[in-house]
Formats: sequence, C-alpha cells, structure tokens
Amino acid sequence: MSILLSNISKKFGTFTALDNINLEIPEGELVALLGPSGCGKTTLLRIIAGLESADQGRVLLSGQDRTDHDVSQRGIGFVFQHYALFRHMTVFENVAFGLRVKPRRERPSNEVIAKKVHALLELVQLDWLHDRYPDQLSGGQRQRIALARALAVEPSVLLLDEPFGALDASVRKDLRQWLRNLHHDLNVTSIFVTHDQEEAMEVASQVVVLNHGRIEQQGAPGDIYDNPANAFVSRFIGHTNVFDLDEQDADWLQTAGIPVAHQQGKFAHVRPHDIVIEKPTADSDAFVTLKDWQHLGSLIRIELVKNGSNGLTASVYAEMPNDQFRRLHLNRGDKVDLRIRHAHWFH
Amino acid sequence: MNAIAQPINPARLVARQQKVLQDADWVRWSLIAIAVGFIGLFICLPLGLVIFQAFSKGIAAYWSALSQADTLAAIKLTLLTALVTVPLNTVFGVAAAWAITRFEFRGKSLLTTLIDLPFSVSPVISGLIFVLLFGAQGWFGEWLSAHDVKIIFAVPGIILATLFITFPFVARQLIPLMQEMGNQEEEAALSLGASGWKTFWAVTIPNIKWALLYGVLLCNARAMGEFGAVSVVSGHIRGLTNTLPLHVEVSYNDYDVVGAFAGASILAGLAIVTLILKTVLEWRQANR
Repeated sequence: MSILLSNISKKFGTFTALDNINLEIPEGELVALLGPSGCGKTTLLRIIAGLESADQGRVLLSGQDRTDHDVSQRGIGFVFQHYALFRHMTVFENVAFGLRVKPRRERPSNEVIAKKVHALLELVQLDWLHDRYPDQLSGGQRQRIALARALAVEPSVLLLDEPFGALDASVRKDLRQWLRNLHHDLNVTSIFVTHDQEEAMEVASQVVVLNHGRIEQQGAPGDIYDNPANAFVSRFIGHTNVFDLDEQDADWLQTAGIPVAHQQGKFAHVRPHDIVIEKPTADSDAFVTLKDWQHLGSLIRIELVKNGSNGLTASVYAEMPNDQFRRLHLNRGDKVDLRIRHAHWFH
Repeated sequence: MNAIAQPINPARLVARQQKVLQDADWVRWSLIAIAVGFIGLFICLPLGLVIFQAFSKGIAAYWSALSQADTLAAIKLTLLTALVTVPLNTVFGVAAAWAITRFEFRGKSLLTTLIDLPFSVSPVISGLIFVLLFGAQGWFGEWLSAHDVKIIFAVPGIILATLFITFPFVARQLIPLMQEMGNQEEEAALSLGASGWKTFWAVTIPNIKWALLYGVLLCNARAMGEFGAVSVVSGHIRGLTNTLPLHVEVSYNDYDVVGAFAGASILAGLAIVTLILKTVLEWRQANR
C-alpha cells in the first residue's frame, strides 16, 4: 500500500513538531525516517498510524483519504519502541490478540488462529517460546514477538518506532539484517523511525531525513550519502570535514586540488574517503602533519593537523583501506601531502 | 590471579553489610520491645477486650444480642450501604483514574487534588455538608419536603455521606499504577483493531485488577465502618437509620455492654478479614 502525506503540520503548545510535511512512499518500500531526537519523526509515524492526529493535512493510504479513520480502522501494524506486549498474556495470546478481537463474522476459528499464530512464531523463529510471558523474554525476543503480533492482522503498512533502540549492539546488528530479509520476503510497505544514520543506511531502501519538523531530503541511502541536499544532511549522514572559506581555507583547498572560484557556497564539505594522503615528494610543500590513526576494521581513520596561513590549526580526518595505509610507511608526526578528490559546497 | 578466581560469596557480603548497619544489641532489642509493646497495648489488647466483653455473658447472650431486630436491621443497613456505595465508587474511581492518567485537560491537577478532599476533611464536616444541602433548613430542603423526598435522617443520606467519604480509595490506588504503566499497551490493542471497550476489558482491566481489588477492599472496609459522617446525617433512628457502628454507640450509651461489644466484634472481624485479604492482594500484586 502506498502512503501519501500532504501538508501535515502538528504543534504541541507552541512547539512545532511537524511543519508542512509532504511525503510520498511507494508500495513495498522499506523507509527510514531519520533525524536527531525531537525532529518530529516519531510524531509523523504516529500520525500515519492514527495514534496522533495532525493539526492540518491529509493522510492517504493506497490513494484513499484515511485522515479521519482511527487507528483500529487503518489496517496498519505498529511496533512500539518498548514493544508494549500485553504483560498478562502469553506470547501465543499476544500474537493471537489481533485475530481474536475481530468482529465475529470475520473472526477465524480457534484452529485457524492457532495455525496462523504458530506460523508467525515460526517466521520470527520463536515458536518454542509460545507459552512464555513477556517478562521472561530478552529484549530481542520481545522485539520479534511484537513484530509477529503486528503482522498477525496482515497490515498493509508496517510502522516501527525505533525498532532497535532498546537493544544491545550485537543483537541490533543481527536484527537489522533479519528485518531487511523479512521485508524482502513479505514485501509489505514498512516505515521505521531511527536516529541512527548507520541503521537507516543499512536497512532502508529509502531514507527520509527530518530536522526541526521538516523534510531535509528523501532518497536512496547511497544517493543521500553521495549527494546531500544541504549542510545538515551532509553533516548528519556519515562523517564529513567542513572547511570554512571565511577562515582563509581557500588557498589551501586550491592547493589540495579543489577549485574555489565559482562555487555555490562558502563551506566545503569533504568526506574522509575523498581525502588522499601521500608521502611528500621533494618539491611539494608538505603542509599537513599526521597526528594519529585509529583502526575501523578494514579502514584506517587518519587524524591530520593542518596549519592554516593565519596560524590556526585544524584537524582533518581522512579514511583509507588498511593495506594502502601500511604501504605508505608513515609515522606519527610525519609531514604528508594531501589531495582532495571531491567536495560538496553549501552556504 | 588467585584473588580474581575466588568467587565472591554474596551471602557473606550481605552479612558484612548488615554488620556495618547493625546497631548495638540493646538498641535493637529495646526498639523491638517498644514496637511490640505498642502494638500489644493499643491494638491486640483492645481487640481481645472486644471479644472478651462480647462473650462476657456467654455465647447465648452474644447470639441473642446479635439476633435482636435492631441489630439485624443495623447489619442489613450496613450491608446495603456497602452494596450501593462500593460498586458506584469502583466505577467513579476507574473513570477518574482513567481521565487523569489518559487525558490532558485544563483543571486536571485541581481534579487530582479534589479527589483527596474526603481524606483531608473531618468526616463530621462531610456529614454536615449534606445536612446543609438536603436538611430541612438546607438549600434543597424546601423543594425536597415539597416533593416528599427524605434524604437527611434517612437511608439516602447515609448512602450519600458514605459515597463521599469512600470516594478516594479506588482512584488513589489506580492513579499511580496507571501513570507508571503508560498507555502503550492500550495503543497496541487499538492498533491491532480492538475497539475501545474491548481494549478496556482485555488489556486495561487485567493490568489493574489487583490494584483495583485492593482499592475496592479498602473502600468496602471504610463504607462499613464509617461513623462520623454517617452519624451526622442518620438521626440514630433504631431499626431504621442505624448502621452497625452507630448501633454500637447507641447500645453502649444504653449500658447494653454485650450488645455493643457483639456489634463491635462483627466490625472487628470485618477488619481482620480485610487485613488478611489486603495482605493476600499485596502479595499477589508483588508477585504478578
């Protein structure tokens, strides 16, 4: 089911949570609503679900206006940040709940319910826990039960609020991949909220970046990373070095290989992997000092210090593959040559 | 290495902590003695005395005191009062707790404060409020007597006063619990297609049931035992408007010691049953 939001605004008192949001999500996508805390992403998710009502604007699901339908009639599945499992029911009863509360005409028989619940528990690989209570489960297990419960009513949209927020780092990594595969199998339009850009990039097929109640950019993860629409997105997604032309970086950038004239802004944003460092040659004016480096798995993050012409020093971060760095035979305190392959310019 | 490998014995750790916190033996024993002595003197002794006095002229006298028409009428009125007020206050209490914990509205903190009013006002004043409202000289007195409705010095007055006095019990039990639980489980039920009514019965009630029962129990104990407010509005008409606590007082004033203490023994028995149920419910709540 496709989702269309038009002119959604929401205020809490004087605080503007959402400011005229327009968003279209095609059917079958796995979308991340990404932004810093307080940017309105959870509010937006709750408005799509019908758990919150917008001050203005319309919510269209599959082209039909559902703004005035309440949450029980929208055909959505919602997974809460803290799972909100029914604590007095077993895992089985939790998952069966959505089927048991259907009006009598649509309610499946007990056998059908049992079959379906066990199938869903198989899907989340937790059928062996069917007679446990929620407080006997680990965080990752609760998360998957909450998902199975939401899927039981065959929602046409699946909404997840910070689905991995409350989990350990290792569990989170596994579940990310698992959610991606699950989405691939079920192909139900899904939206999840996260403040973790890595998570959004890793899991989602589409990322919507929000800030201060506005959409900053929407696109495929790679697209957003390679072509950030503005300075906020560039800073928020991945690491970036920011050079301010007002602080006399112009000459320096020019030397490093980035032409400064005719650019659209005065801030150059440079990704760490777009910075190349080399051993200085005899005739180069090596102006950057290697300060330190850290291992990030297959990559090395290199901390460089440059001395500006005005006497100010600044740290610059570069990243390169391990073996490449090793071949340079550099030590702390060495002078290096630096080249910038690409920069984004913003005001 | 050896030090790391050696497991820490938690029991010994606790014991050592207790040793640190432990006061001198004489402090410990005298504090325990004071506590036990106090409870014995002010709770166990009077309770024993009630039983002793009730049976002072034998079991037959006890039974005949209890089977007097006036006593039976007082028991019946007490039960009737509890039967009417407890269900009403259960509904009011749940509604008030729901409103306070689930909705945002102006005057919410005022409402929260007002719920406690019956606790902070002397019961006699609570009774007087009803006399001033519905008594012969009260605001609605003329209208009521013109329409031949009796509230003060009649059963409706007793029920109204009891309703007022026992209003906070259920709400006070539920509000903190429902605040702590939040409403995510209810939202989850709604998102799964359940109606509001279904959500209330299938999700809310099971989550609050022990606290609710506890509130109902306390409410019932007070409804049956209330003296002050009921005394003001009842008029002490024997066999008609005397509840059990009032009956005890009237009998005692008439030098009917056995009658008074027989009535008191029933109230004391009720208190003990309440106490036992309360302990059971607290245990259930803790071991949910």
